[in-house]
Order: sequence, then C-alpha cells, then structure tokens
Amino acid sequence: MKKKKIAGDIITYIVLVLISIVWLFPFAGLALQSFRSYDPKVEYGGMVDYLIPKHFSLDNYRFLFSGQTNFLRWYLNTIIIAVFVALFQTIIVLCVSYALSRMRFAGRTLLMRFWLVLGMFPGFLTMICLYFLLKQFGLTQAGAVPGLILVGVASSGMGYYVCKGYFDTLPKALDEAARIDGATRARVFFTITIPMSKPIIIYTALVAFMAPWCDYVFASYVAFGHDESFNVAVAMTRWVWTNDYQGYFTRFCAGGILVAIPVTVLFMCLQKYYVEGVTGGAVKG
Amino acid sequence: MEGIRKVLKTIGTTFATGDFRTRISYFILGFGQLLRGQILKGVVFLLSEVAFFVYMAGFGIRYFSKLSTLGTQVTQKVGRTTTYGDNSFLILLFGILSIFIILAFLVVWYLNVKDNHDSEELLRAGKKLPGNAETFASLFDKHFDKTLLALPVTGIFLFTVLPIAFMICVAFTNYDYNHQAPTNLFTWVGLENFRRLFSFGSSGMGSTFLQVLAWTIVWAFFATFLDYFLGMAVAILINKKGIKCKKLWRTLLVLTIAVPQFVSLLYVMKMFANDGLINGYLMKWGWISSPIPFWVNPMLARITIIVVNIWIGIPYMMLIATGLLMNIPEDLYESARIDGANGWQMFRKITLPYMLFVTGPFLLTQFINNLNNFNVIYLLTQGQPQSMRLAEKAGSTDLLVTWLYKMTVNNTNYRMAAVIGIMVFVVTAVIMLSVYNLLPSVKDEEGFQ
Repeated sequence: MKKKKIAGDIITYIVLVLISIVWLFPFAGLALQSFRSYDPKVEYGGMVDYLIPKHFSLDNYRFLFSGQTNFLRWYLNTIIIAVFVALFQTIIVLCVSYALSRMRFAGRTLLMRFWLVLGMFPGFLTMICLYFLLKQFGLTQAGAVPGLILVGVASSGMGYYVCKGYFDTLPKALDEAARIDGATRARVFFTITIPMSKPIIIYTALVAFMAPWCDYVFASYVAFGHDESFNVAVAMTRWVWTNDYQGYFTRFCAGGILVAIPVTVLFMCLQKYYVEGVTGGAVKG
Repeated sequence: MEGIRKVLKTIGTTFATGDFRTRISYFILGFGQLLRGQILKGVVFLLSEVAFFVYMAGFGIRYFSKLSTLGTQVTQKVGRTTTYGDNSFLILLFGILSIFIILAFLVVWYLNVKDNHDSEELLRAGKKLPGNAETFASLFDKHFDKTLLALPVTGIFLFTVLPIAFMICVAFTNYDYNHQAPTNLFTWVGLENFRRLFSFGSSGMGSTFLQVLAWTIVWAFFATFLDYFLGMAVAILINKKGIKCKKLWRTLLVLTIAVPQFVSLLYVMKMFANDGLINGYLMKWGWISSPIPFWVNPMLARITIIVVNIWIGIPYMMLIATGLLMNIPEDLYESARIDGANGWQMFRKITLPYMLFVTGPFLLTQFINNLNNFNVIYLLTQGQPQSMRLAEKAGSTDLLVTWLYKMTVNNTNYRMAAVIGIMVFVVTAVIMLSVYNLLPSVKDEEGFQ
C-alpha cells in the first residue's frame, strides 16, 4: 500500500513538472529572445530556429528607451487608461451593486433583466456608433486616451454580478441596526458596507486594471493612425504583424517583457483577492 | 396591461378631481409643486420640460422628421463647391435618440402628475408636505438608489443602449461601402439583409454563415469543456495529499492569467508559425522535413487554437476548482473508501456530481463567453486561413464576432455586420434560455446542501 502511494506521488510530480515546463516555455522563450540583438552585425532580430541567443545583448531594450519610437508614450498611455478605468469602474460597480443588493425600488428586477439582455449583444456591434459619439466630443485620434477611459467606464455598471453577490452575503442585520440608530442609507454605505468590502474592491479594481493592457480592438479603432495615442497592445501588435525581414520580433519580445513584468507582479501580489473573486463569481453564476 | 390601465386611470382621475394647481401642472410641469412650496421638485420638473422643448425644437425635430426616409437630399459637388445634403447616419442616430427622449419625457410627465396627485392626498389627509431640505436629504436615504444609479444608468444608455438600438436599425438599411455618409445616403430596405444571410445562391451568404456558426459552436464547446475537465484534473493533482509546494505549482500556472494576453498569445502564435521555434526545432532534429502548417491548414489551425486555448484556460479553471474541491466534506470520501471505492469511482460518484452542480451556471456563462472569445482567435489567427469558398472574406477559424469585426473594420459592410450581431444575440439568447432551466442548481436549489 505504501509503495503504491509513493509510486503515485512520483507520477504526480512528473506530470506536474511536465505541465510546468509547457506552461513556462513560452515565457522563458519570450525572455530569452528579448536578449537577442536585432543589429544585423551581431544577430538577426526576426524569427530564428533556436531559443538561446548566441550573443547576449540589451539592444532591444536600448531601442525601446532610445526615443526612436513612442514606446514610453504608449506605456504611459496604457498606465493612465488602466488607472483611471480601474478607479472609476470600481466606484460605479460599488454604487450599482449596493443599490441592487440592499435597496428595493420599483423596476429593480426589470432593470436587472434588461441589462442581462443587453449583455447578450456582442460588444463590437456598437463600435462604429461609439466611434462616432466619441468623435463628436473630440475623443478620437489625438484624444483617444480620455476617449478610451470614457468607453471603459461608461458601461461598467452592467458588470455588477460578482460584487452584488458579495454584498448579498454581508449580514443585513448590521445595516438595520445602524438605520435604527438613525444613520442614513448613504452613511451605511460609506461607513459599514465599504469598509467590509476590501476583498471585492481589490478584485474589481484589479480586473478593471488588467483589461486595458490587452485592449487591441477598440483602441486600434479609436486611435487609428495617431501614433502618439496608441496603447502598448495596439503599437506592439504592429511589430508582430509586420513583415519578418525587418526583424522587429525581438523588439516585440523586449516590449512584451516590460509590459508583462509590472502587471504580473501586481497580479501575483493580489492573487488571493482574485481567486476569492472568481470563485465567488463562479459559484453564484 | 394591468399596469397601463392603472397609469391611465391615475392620469384621468387626477385631472378630474385635482385643484387648479394640479390641472395646470398637466401643461406646465412643476407648477403645482412650486405653488405648494416644493421649490426644488418644481424647478427640476420645469427645467426638464424646458430642456425637452428646446432640444426638440432646436435639434431633435430636424432628424426625427426624416427618420422614415433617412434623408432625400444627396450631397452634391458642382465644380469646387459642395452642397451638403442629408446625412443618413446622423438622421438615424439622432432620430433614435429623439424617440428615447420623447419616451423619457412622457415618463417625467407622468411622474409629475403622480407627484401632484400624491401631494394633494397628503394635504387632504391633513399632513404636511416634505420641505425642500427634506426632499434633498431623501436622495441620500430613502431615495439613495436613485443617486447611486443615475450616473451608471446614463452611461449605459448613451454607450450601450443607444448604439445597440442604432445598429439593430442598421440591419434593416443598406448602409455599406456604397452608401457611406455623408457623401451618399442610405435608406430602409426591410428584411433584404436577412434574406441575403439565409440565401444559399451564389451571391448569398447562407453557406458561409452556417460554416462560421458551426465552427463557433464547436469551438465554444471544446474551449469550455476541455478546459473545464482538464483544469479540474490539474486541481485534483495539486490538491492530492502528500504533494508538496502546492502554492508553487499553482503560481506557475497562474502566469497565463497574469501576463497580458496580447503578449503571450502573439508570442505563442509566432512559436507555431512556419518559421517559428517549434517547426525550427523539429526540422533541426530531423523529425520532419517541411514545416507543419499549424496556421495554414484550416483543420490544423482549428486544432492548434483549441490546444493553445487549453493553455490559457486551465489555470483559470484550476483556481476555481481548487477552492470548490476543498468544500467537499472529507467524510464522504472516507466512507466511500471504507466501502472499497477506488479513486476513479470516487471522482465519478462524488467529485464530478458536486462540481457540476455547483458550477453549472458558471459553465453556461463560460460557454457564452467563448462564443464571443475575440482575443484568442484574433490574436492567434485573425480568422485565417482565408478560403475562396467563403463569402465576405470569412476565414476558416473566424467566429461570428471576429467576422463581424472584420466586416466593420476592413469591409465597412455595416449592414451585414449588424445582421451578424443580431444573430449572435439570437444564438446567445437561445442557448441561455434553453440551458438555464435545465441546470440542476436552478431546478433544485436545496440539493447538495
């Protein structure tokens, strides 16, 4: 019996190690190739059939920081968008969730059903119309950054499910006790509900913060042709889709590393809250 | 129906029995409230009426009146001077906006009547009306919901409801590359676009639509269930008693969630390319003589996408499963073990039913999300490889949403894009409604507790 268990454990470890290799391989590749020079005198910056660069070089990173492209600007744009979207989206989601979880008003279920139906339409359907609306306010091309913040925040009220689910589990007795003591709804919200919701606030903000880093579709449409207001996803995707002989691939790898590291570190630090959020959301549907 | 009758009755009786303040309020909103000393309410009602008429007279009516034709005056260019005619896009957009505003005004008007009615009843009963300060304070107490929801609802209206209503209307027009505003007009064409989507002739899109739809559903099925079961399997492996460094294994897997998808997916895409690392090494080792066409062969491309998606999806499922697996009472397994059940039997009889029960709604939403999983498809293949047999530049790995995106951005074929969008909605709604009621956790909420 004991032998069998040890054998089982060994097989498990082998499987886990294999899985880890598969999972880490692309990231290891990304990191290694970012150190391959694109300078034709040293090495080739396009696609090659080996993983480890022959010469270790920081050329790609130097290129990114040299000002030959707007890389720093793109990076800053993305951070600005991500921070503001995270901030406003969290506020809006908290407001909507509290109203729907704690208050009973005419049309409450109707509103929730209506939003559920709205959510069944694909988001890209509305792209040209949104573009036009943004254009009216001058929020495309040069103004794409505030425009993208606006679009990211405007409809975020519909994503209240996880947060409302969390509020539903907070004891109502606390609210009622405070209200008997004469506290208004607003006071209950600010002094009782919000201090108790740290995990869900962090989860909401984290998810909202991560999304703009991958936003290619809408960002490329809104910022079209205006290099200065690209975000990293839009700008660097061009480097991959461009013709290979230009050797932009390693520069993409270097940029990818610079984008991935801060986001990944942040995510890993707040992982606990993320897990809580997705598990709670999954069980409640 | 009952509700509408009640509303009409309130409007009628209030006018018949109300005093002169109430009656004048039917035409001048807020009049009654102002005379009764409720300045705040009165001013808000009055201002909304003023705003409504200013909007309609100065702006709305121009577009609203042309809504039935979407414009008749073509923009003309004589020599160097251009005379701008009607802009169908603006007419449609602001026409719809005007309809919404008219409806909103009717609601405000009714609220005004109802408020007058309520005030009169209060006064008749000898009670005092709430003062201005009280009304204002109620926005943070009794009516706090209105304060909280005002901004989100407005945002959703402007940036979701209005655009969706607009695009639904576009599906019934001929708005495409030949009818671009402001140079050209577009107009209503009835069901022509839908007929085109379902016609199987040489100019129809029927067969392409069916193929894309079929792949969308096949993809969503594999992407959901493969990830689900494999993710659960990995979670069970890591959860196993006696396995060390549980946290480390989990953290390694979670990397795919943490790293922005455009970085990881684009890199993986290049890895599988004809001149990519995988083909490179396989050729160097002499296992193959020519590159495996991962992204070029339609069937292979589909399989590769599903495999890469497993890489993306397992960690997510693993995280969820890990938490849930710990909730299964240990004594269930204990007693099963005493009865002589082996690992597989315990999984089938205890773990799986529990997981399916708890995660039923989650599986459904995952499936719906995968139907619309734009990022994975677009970053990996952009819907390629393209096929001559498919209409409207659809590719073999295009989902309905990526096809919609390409139609909008590359082909400016808005009319068909709108039709596809509506079809996505129909597919989603049908699946949601038919599956939701079959879910065990919906049918039997008490089970497993």
